[in-house]
Amino acid sequence: MHSFGHRANAVATFAVTILAAMCFAASFSDNFNTPSPTASVKILNINWFQKEANGNDEVSMTLNISADLSSLFTWNTKQVFVFVAAEYETPHNALNQVSLWDGIIPAKEHAKFLIHTTNKYRFIDQGSNLKGKEFNLTMHWHIMPKTGKMFADKIVMTGYRLPEQYR
Amino acid sequence: MDALRMRNVMEPIRSMQIRPVFAQIISLGMILTSALIIWKGLVVLTGSESPVVVVLSGSMEPGFQKGDILFLHMNKDPIRTGEIVVFNIEGRSIPIVHRVIQVHERHDTAEIDILTKGDNNPDDDRMMYASGQLWIEQQHIVGRAAGYLPYAGWLTIAMTEKPVLKYLLFGALGLLVVASKELERPDW
Repeated sequence: MHSFGHRANAVATFAVTILAAMCFAASFSDNFNTPSPTASVKILNINWFQKEANGNDEVSMTLNISADLSSLFTWNTKQVFVFVAAEYETPHNALNQVSLWDGIIPAKEHAKFLIHTTNKYRFIDQGSNLKGKEFNLTMHWHIMPKTGKMFADKIVMTGYRLPEQYR
Repeated sequence: MDALRMRNVMEPIRSMQIRPVFAQIISLGMILTSALIIWKGLVVLTGSESPVVVVLSGSMEPGFQKGDILFLHMNKDPIRTGEIVVFNIEGRSIPIVHRVIQVHERHDTAEIDILTKGDNNPDDDRMMYASGQLWIEQQHIVGRAAGYLPYAGWLTIAMTEKPVLKYLLFGALGLLVVASKELERPDW
Protein backbone atom coordinates (compact mmCIF):
# COMPACT_ATOMS: atom_id res chain seq x y z
CA MET A 1 0.00 0.00 0.00
CA HIS A 2 2.74 2.47 0.94
CA SER A 3 5.35 1.92 -1.68
CA PHE A 4 8.92 3.18 -1.50
CA GLY A 5 8.01 5.94 -3.97
CA HIS A 6 5.16 7.19 -1.81
CA ARG A 7 7.33 7.28 1.29
CA ALA A 8 10.21 9.03 -0.47
CA ASN A 9 7.80 11.59 -1.89
CA ALA A 10 6.23 12.26 1.51
CA VAL A 11 9.61 12.65 3.21
CA ALA A 12 10.92 14.99 0.49
CA THR A 13 7.79 17.15 0.54
CA PHE A 14 7.89 17.38 4.34
CA ALA A 15 11.61 18.26 4.32
CA VAL A 16 11.15 21.02 1.76
CA THR A 17 8.16 22.43 3.66
CA ILE A 18 10.13 22.53 6.94
CA LEU A 19 13.11 24.13 5.18
CA ALA A 20 10.88 26.80 3.62
CA ALA A 21 9.26 27.50 7.00
CA MET A 22 12.69 27.83 8.65
CA CYS A 23 13.92 30.20 5.93
CA PHE A 24 10.81 32.31 6.37
CA ALA A 25 11.19 32.34 10.16
CA ALA A 26 14.88 33.30 9.92
CA SER A 27 14.10 36.15 7.56
CA PHE A 28 11.10 37.28 9.62
CA SER A 29 13.21 37.38 12.81
CA ASP A 30 15.30 40.15 11.19
CA ASN A 31 12.35 42.49 11.72
CA PHE A 32 12.85 42.37 15.48
CA ASN A 33 16.33 43.89 15.26
CA THR A 34 16.30 47.65 15.78
CA PRO A 35 19.82 48.75 14.87
CA SER A 36 21.48 51.95 16.07
CA PRO A 37 24.44 52.45 13.73
CA THR A 38 26.70 55.48 13.87
CA ALA A 39 28.86 56.99 11.16
CA SER A 40 31.02 60.01 10.49
CA VAL A 41 32.92 61.05 7.39
CA LYS A 42 35.50 63.82 7.25
CA ILE A 43 37.05 65.25 4.12
CA LEU A 44 40.71 65.61 4.99
CA ASN A 45 41.92 67.04 1.71
CA ILE A 46 40.87 67.92 -1.83
CA ASN A 47 43.77 66.34 -3.72
CA TRP A 48 42.87 67.82 -7.06
CA PHE A 49 39.87 69.34 -8.80
CA GLN A 50 39.67 69.85 -12.53
CA LYS A 51 37.60 69.86 -15.67
CA GLU A 52 38.17 66.86 -17.88
CA ALA A 53 38.69 67.10 -21.65
CA ASN A 54 35.06 66.05 -22.20
CA GLY A 55 33.80 68.93 -20.05
CA ASN A 56 32.91 67.00 -16.89
CA ASP A 57 34.23 68.12 -13.52
CA GLU A 58 36.23 65.60 -11.58
CA VAL A 59 37.48 65.80 -8.02
CA SER A 60 39.80 63.62 -5.97
CA MET A 61 39.59 63.75 -2.19
CA THR A 62 40.95 62.06 0.88
CA LEU A 63 38.32 60.80 3.29
CA ASN A 64 38.32 59.70 6.86
CA ILE A 65 35.44 57.26 7.35
CA SER A 66 34.50 55.87 10.72
CA ALA A 67 31.45 53.87 11.61
CA ASP A 68 30.03 51.35 14.02
CA LEU A 69 27.62 49.09 12.17
CA SER A 70 27.78 46.11 14.51
CA SER A 71 24.16 46.52 15.57
CA LEU A 72 23.06 45.71 12.00
CA PHE A 73 24.19 42.12 12.33
CA THR A 74 21.73 39.40 13.26
CA TRP A 75 22.05 35.62 13.12
CA ASN A 76 20.64 35.75 9.58
CA THR A 77 23.20 38.27 8.30
CA LYS A 78 25.71 36.99 5.78
CA GLN A 79 27.46 40.30 5.22
CA VAL A 80 26.87 44.02 5.16
CA PHE A 81 27.75 46.01 2.07
CA VAL A 82 28.62 49.57 3.09
CA PHE A 83 29.35 52.56 0.89
CA VAL A 84 29.73 56.30 1.02
CA ALA A 85 28.13 58.38 -1.73
CA ALA A 86 28.21 62.06 -2.54
CA GLU A 87 24.72 63.41 -3.21
CA TYR A 88 23.94 66.80 -4.73
CA GLU A 89 21.58 68.67 -7.01
CA THR A 90 22.53 70.44 -10.24
CA PRO A 91 20.56 72.62 -12.69
CA HIS A 92 20.37 69.60 -14.99
CA ASN A 93 19.73 66.84 -12.46
CA ALA A 94 17.37 66.71 -9.50
CA LEU A 95 19.64 64.16 -7.88
CA ASN A 96 23.18 62.99 -8.45
CA GLN A 97 24.49 60.09 -6.39
CA VAL A 98 28.13 59.17 -6.86
CA SER A 99 29.57 56.30 -4.90
CA LEU A 100 33.03 57.23 -3.58
CA TRP A 101 34.05 54.25 -1.50
CA ASP A 102 32.59 50.89 -0.59
CA GLY A 103 33.45 47.82 1.42
CA ILE A 104 32.11 44.46 2.49
CA ILE A 105 31.85 43.71 6.19
CA PRO A 106 31.89 39.93 6.54
CA ALA A 107 31.27 39.68 10.28
CA LYS A 108 30.14 41.62 13.32
CA GLU A 109 33.73 41.75 14.65
CA HIS A 110 34.73 43.93 11.70
CA ALA A 111 31.73 46.22 11.81
CA LYS A 112 33.50 48.91 13.82
CA PHE A 113 36.08 50.55 11.62
CA LEU A 114 38.05 53.67 10.82
CA ILE A 115 39.42 54.09 7.32
CA HIS A 116 41.65 56.71 5.82
CA THR A 117 41.33 56.59 2.03
CA THR A 118 41.14 58.49 -1.23
CA ASN A 119 37.94 58.01 -3.20
CA LYS A 120 37.94 54.47 -4.61
CA TYR A 121 35.59 55.38 -7.46
CA ARG A 122 36.03 58.48 -9.58
CA PHE A 123 33.93 61.45 -8.51
CA ILE A 124 32.83 62.78 -11.90
CA ASP A 125 29.89 65.10 -12.45
CA GLN A 126 27.54 64.93 -15.44
CA GLY A 127 28.66 68.32 -16.68
CA SER A 128 30.60 71.11 -15.01
CA ASN A 129 28.70 72.02 -11.86
CA LEU A 130 31.04 71.16 -9.02
CA LYS A 131 32.70 74.55 -8.33
CA GLY A 132 31.62 75.69 -4.89
CA LYS A 133 29.00 72.93 -4.89
CA GLU A 134 27.39 72.00 -1.60
CA PHE A 135 26.84 68.29 -1.20
CA ASN A 136 25.88 65.60 1.27
CA LEU A 137 27.90 62.56 2.13
CA THR A 138 25.68 59.60 2.80
CA MET A 139 26.69 56.33 4.35
CA HIS A 140 24.49 53.59 2.94
CA TRP A 141 24.38 49.98 4.01
CA HIS A 142 22.81 46.98 2.40
CA ILE A 143 22.28 44.01 4.67
CA MET A 144 22.68 40.79 2.71
CA PRO A 145 20.98 37.91 4.52
CA LYS A 146 21.81 34.23 4.70
CA THR A 147 18.29 33.80 3.39
CA GLY A 148 15.25 35.99 2.83
CA LYS A 149 14.59 39.70 2.65
CA MET A 150 17.36 42.25 2.12
CA PHE A 151 17.42 45.48 4.11
CA ALA A 152 18.99 48.82 3.29
CA ASP A 153 19.22 52.16 5.09
CA LYS A 154 21.49 55.19 5.35
CA ILE A 155 22.84 58.03 7.43
CA VAL A 156 22.94 61.43 5.70
CA MET A 157 25.71 63.83 6.66
CA THR A 158 25.26 67.37 5.41
CA GLY A 159 27.32 70.51 5.07
CA TYR A 160 30.19 69.69 2.74
CA ARG A 161 31.33 72.12 0.06
CA LEU A 162 33.74 71.86 -2.86
CA PRO A 163 36.29 74.64 -3.54
CA GLU A 164 35.38 77.63 -5.68
CA GLN A 165 38.38 77.10 -7.96
CA TYR A 166 40.00 74.16 -9.75
CA ARG A 167 43.24 73.07 -8.22
CA MET B 1 -17.80 -16.30 -35.28
CA ASP B 2 -16.54 -12.89 -36.33
CA ALA B 3 -18.33 -11.24 -33.46
CA LEU B 4 -16.68 -13.59 -31.03
CA ARG B 5 -13.21 -12.85 -32.42
CA MET B 6 -13.97 -9.15 -32.23
CA ARG B 7 -14.81 -9.48 -28.57
CA ASN B 8 -11.59 -11.30 -27.97
CA VAL B 9 -9.69 -8.40 -29.50
CA MET B 10 -11.63 -5.72 -27.69
CA GLU B 11 -11.54 -7.32 -24.27
CA PRO B 12 -7.97 -6.37 -23.29
CA ILE B 13 -8.44 -2.83 -24.63
CA ARG B 14 -11.63 -2.37 -22.66
CA SER B 15 -9.94 -3.67 -19.53
CA MET B 16 -7.23 -1.00 -19.87
CA GLN B 17 -9.59 1.34 -18.02
CA ILE B 18 -9.69 4.52 -19.99
CA ARG B 19 -10.71 6.66 -16.99
CA PRO B 20 -7.52 6.31 -14.97
CA VAL B 21 -5.59 7.30 -18.09
CA PHE B 22 -7.70 10.42 -18.44
CA ALA B 23 -7.33 11.14 -14.74
CA GLN B 24 -3.58 10.83 -15.20
CA ILE B 25 -3.56 13.30 -18.11
CA ILE B 26 -5.74 15.76 -16.21
CA SER B 27 -3.61 15.67 -13.06
CA LEU B 28 -0.50 16.26 -15.18
CA GLY B 29 -2.28 19.20 -16.82
CA MET B 30 -3.20 20.55 -13.38
CA ILE B 31 0.44 20.49 -12.31
CA LEU B 32 1.57 22.34 -15.43
CA THR B 33 -1.21 24.94 -15.35
CA SER B 34 -0.83 25.65 -11.62
CA ALA B 35 2.89 26.22 -12.18
CA LEU B 36 1.98 28.65 -14.97
CA ILE B 37 -0.61 30.38 -12.75
CA ILE B 38 1.92 30.83 -9.92
CA TRP B 39 4.53 32.25 -12.33
CA LYS B 40 2.12 34.67 -14.02
CA GLY B 41 0.65 35.62 -10.64
CA LEU B 42 4.15 36.51 -9.43
CA VAL B 43 4.72 38.59 -12.57
CA VAL B 44 1.57 40.60 -11.81
CA LEU B 45 2.28 40.92 -8.07
CA THR B 46 5.90 41.99 -8.38
CA GLY B 47 5.55 44.03 -11.57
CA SER B 48 8.72 42.46 -12.93
CA GLU B 49 8.67 40.45 -16.13
CA SER B 50 10.94 37.82 -14.57
CA PRO B 51 10.27 37.80 -10.82
CA VAL B 52 12.72 35.02 -9.98
CA VAL B 53 16.24 34.83 -11.39
CA VAL B 54 19.15 32.45 -10.87
CA VAL B 55 22.57 34.00 -10.30
CA LEU B 56 24.76 32.82 -13.18
CA SER B 57 28.17 34.25 -12.33
CA GLY B 58 30.41 34.95 -9.38
CA SER B 59 30.56 38.69 -9.99
CA MET B 60 28.54 39.45 -6.84
CA GLU B 61 30.43 37.09 -4.53
CA PRO B 62 30.57 36.61 -1.65
CA GLY B 63 27.04 38.01 -1.30
CA PHE B 64 25.52 35.97 -4.10
CA GLN B 65 27.02 32.81 -5.46
CA LYS B 66 26.39 31.00 -8.69
CA GLY B 67 23.18 28.99 -8.34
CA ASP B 68 21.54 31.21 -5.73
CA ILE B 69 18.07 32.60 -6.39
CA LEU B 70 16.98 36.23 -6.27
CA PHE B 71 13.41 37.47 -6.01
CA LEU B 72 12.82 40.67 -7.93
CA HIS B 73 10.26 43.40 -7.73
CA MET B 74 9.63 46.44 -9.85
CA ASN B 75 7.69 49.38 -8.49
CA LYS B 76 7.48 53.08 -9.20
CA ASP B 77 10.05 54.05 -6.55
CA PRO B 78 13.10 55.67 -8.12
CA ILE B 79 16.28 53.63 -8.31
CA ARG B 80 19.05 54.69 -5.93
CA THR B 81 22.68 53.77 -5.37
CA GLY B 82 23.30 50.57 -3.46
CA GLU B 83 20.35 48.70 -4.92
CA ILE B 84 20.98 45.49 -6.78
CA VAL B 85 19.28 45.61 -10.16
CA VAL B 86 18.82 43.15 -12.99
CA PHE B 87 19.28 44.72 -16.40
CA ASN B 88 19.54 43.85 -20.06
CA ILE B 89 22.21 45.04 -22.43
CA GLU B 90 21.60 45.24 -26.16
CA GLY B 91 23.30 42.38 -27.94
CA ARG B 92 23.44 40.20 -24.82
CA SER B 93 20.87 37.48 -24.30
CA ILE B 94 21.47 37.02 -20.56
CA PRO B 95 20.48 39.74 -18.09
CA ILE B 96 23.03 40.90 -15.53
CA VAL B 97 22.62 41.23 -11.74
CA HIS B 98 24.82 44.04 -10.37
CA ARG B 99 24.82 46.88 -7.88
CA VAL B 100 24.07 50.52 -8.72
CA ILE B 101 27.00 52.79 -7.85
CA GLN B 102 25.97 56.02 -9.59
CA VAL B 103 22.63 57.69 -10.25
CA HIS B 104 21.83 60.88 -12.16
CA GLU B 105 18.16 61.81 -12.22
CA ARG B 106 16.70 64.63 -14.38
CA HIS B 107 14.60 67.41 -12.91
CA ASP B 108 11.53 67.46 -15.14
CA THR B 109 11.30 64.02 -16.70
CA ALA B 110 12.81 62.06 -13.79
CA GLU B 111 14.70 60.04 -16.39
CA ILE B 112 17.69 58.31 -14.88
CA ASP B 113 21.21 57.40 -15.88
CA ILE B 114 22.76 54.72 -13.73
CA LEU B 115 26.13 53.05 -13.54
CA THR B 116 26.52 49.53 -12.17
CA LYS B 117 29.29 47.34 -10.80
CA GLY B 118 29.62 43.77 -9.56
CA ASP B 119 30.73 43.64 -5.91
CA ASN B 120 33.44 41.15 -6.83
CA ASN B 121 34.66 42.98 -9.95
CA PRO B 122 37.53 45.46 -9.79
CA ASP B 123 35.93 47.93 -12.22
CA ASP B 124 32.50 49.26 -13.08
CA ASP B 125 30.44 47.75 -15.88
CA ARG B 126 30.95 50.36 -18.57
CA MET B 127 33.22 47.97 -20.47
CA MET B 128 30.39 45.43 -20.74
CA TYR B 129 27.74 47.88 -21.92
CA ALA B 130 26.92 48.12 -25.60
CA SER B 131 29.57 50.04 -27.53
CA GLY B 132 29.12 53.76 -27.00
CA GLN B 133 26.72 53.19 -24.11
CA LEU B 134 27.69 55.16 -21.00
CA TRP B 135 24.65 54.60 -18.78
CA ILE B 136 21.92 52.09 -18.01
CA GLU B 137 18.47 53.65 -18.33
CA GLN B 138 15.09 52.77 -16.90
CA GLN B 139 14.03 50.77 -19.96
CA HIS B 140 16.98 48.38 -19.56
CA ILE B 141 15.98 47.40 -16.04
CA VAL B 142 14.11 44.15 -15.50
CA GLY B 143 13.80 44.30 -11.72
CA ARG B 144 15.37 45.06 -8.36
CA ALA B 145 16.49 42.37 -5.97
CA ALA B 146 14.37 42.19 -2.81
CA GLY B 147 14.88 38.67 -1.51
CA TYR B 148 17.50 35.97 -1.57
CA LEU B 149 17.46 32.18 -1.37
CA PRO B 150 20.80 30.34 -1.45
CA TYR B 151 21.50 27.22 -3.55
CA ALA B 152 17.91 26.85 -4.79
CA GLY B 153 18.88 27.39 -8.41
CA TRP B 154 21.80 25.00 -8.70
CA LEU B 155 19.69 22.43 -10.54
CA THR B 156 18.96 24.99 -13.27
CA ILE B 157 22.68 25.70 -13.58
CA ALA B 158 23.51 22.00 -13.66
CA MET B 159 20.90 21.41 -16.37
CA THR B 160 22.14 24.22 -18.60
CA GLU B 161 25.74 23.12 -18.23
CA LYS B 162 25.09 19.39 -18.66
CA PRO B 163 22.02 18.87 -20.90
CA VAL B 164 22.26 15.10 -20.27
CA LEU B 165 21.01 15.80 -16.75
CA LYS B 166 17.95 17.51 -18.21
CA TYR B 167 16.99 14.47 -20.29
CA LEU B 168 17.65 12.13 -17.38
CA LEU B 169 15.48 14.22 -15.08
CA PHE B 170 12.59 14.61 -17.50
CA GLY B 171 12.85 10.92 -18.43
CA ALA B 172 12.66 9.91 -14.77
CA LEU B 173 9.74 12.25 -14.13
CA GLY B 174 7.89 10.93 -17.18
CA LEU B 175 8.50 7.38 -16.02
CA LEU B 176 7.17 8.28 -12.57
CA VAL B 177 4.00 9.72 -14.06
CA VAL B 178 3.39 6.54 -16.08
CA ALA B 179 4.31 4.28 -13.20
CA SER B 180 2.20 6.10 -10.64
CA LYS B 181 -0.89 4.87 -12.48
CA GLU B 182 0.02 1.35 -11.48
CA LEU B 183 0.54 2.42 -7.89
CA GLU B 184 -2.74 4.22 -7.62
CA ARG B 185 -4.86 1.51 -9.17
CA PRO B 186 -7.20 0.20 -6.50
CA ASP B 187 -6.89 -3.40 -5.44
CA TRP B 188 -10.27 -4.51 -6.73
